[in-house]
Amino acid sequence: MDKSSRHAHTELAELSLLDKRLINLLQRGLPITERPFLEIAEQLNSSEDEVLERLNHLMSSKVLTRFGPMFDAVCLGGAFTLAALAVPEDRFEEVTQHVNSFDEVAHNYRRTHDFNMWFVVGAESEAEVNQVISDIEDKTSLPVLNTPKLEEFYVQLYLPA
Amino acid sequence: MNLLSSENHAETIKEAALPAPLSASQQDALRAILESGLPHVAQPYLSIAKQISATQAQVLAQIAHWQEDGLIKRFGLVVKHRKLGFNANAMVVWNIADHQVNEVAALLSSCTEVSLCYRRPRRLPDWPYNLFCMIHGTDRAIVLAQIAAMTKKFALEAVQKDILFSFKAYKQQGARYGKRGLNNG
Repeated sequence: MDKSSRHAHTELAELSLLDKRLINLLQRGLPITERPFLEIAEQLNSSEDEVLERLNHLMSSKVLTRFGPMFDAVCLGGAFTLAALAVPEDRFEEVTQHVNSFDEVAHNYRRTHDFNMWFVVGAESEAEVNQVISDIEDKTSLPVLNTPKLEEFYVQLYLPA
Repeated sequence: MNLLSSENHAETIKEAALPAPLSASQQDALRAILESGLPHVAQPYLSIAKQISATQAQVLAQIAHWQEDGLIKRFGLVVKHRKLGFNANAMVVWNIADHQVNEVAALLSSCTEVSLCYRRPRRLPDWPYNLFCMIHGTDRAIVLAQIAAMTKKFALEAVQKDILFSFKAYKQQGARYGKRGLNNG
């Protein structure tokens, strides 16, 4: 599989004013009530049916890929870290294959820096995360920069509408 | 403001007679359903309640309870930035004095361009940075201008920083934990 071309043909989505306002509002939460979309619709001067229709459209056009309460993975016993490697240019493809061969690795991005490969390692425990990092070091003969999250400052995406 | 944890709702739950708690297996099933996302129907919590043979009141009470316990921290809306034409994704990393990091993080988080902000450990000598921000924009020149503007606005010109733009994703999937998938950006 050619992973490098997977996102080469992303088609741009056209968002209406209502779509943008809906995305902005939903990030602030959804009421835990019997008719949550009715309350959202009232804030947008829209209808429950229209809000649901736009939400379905945003999901089917893959602008949104997930919608719902987010569980704290650390509370549930998972462990994550953001890690990086400084990969020599002539080894980039080979190292990418090594790193991506781990099921615990997600979100591997190439970035403009000496540390040019950045990825998330997620596993059930911190010990497992550290084992994967150590395995990556063994496999690639490169030292891993390990920068686990110490604190998250919450922000949200805001689409000018 | 987080509507999920609105005080009005907490009051509603307290005033009503408390529904019977869900069984352990019902809780597991509810968690699995919520992790995959909320159904897009007029009464999503009723729809979930039917799936786990519970009442809507039980489901609403359980979710409110998980919020109070901090197990549910916030509402998850995963937006695909590239679908919106945000092709320039910059990770801006700063070396902020430890005693100022919370203050600076609060300032940077208040910028609408900043979509994530984390404190992470320095790894000296190679990596002096302890505050990471993600900025999504339509192109690199605009993102660089936004970074310059916030640097000036918050008087951070003297702070050591670096800007790492991303290329396309080489692997983009939710990290896994337990037996289920989970998005954790």
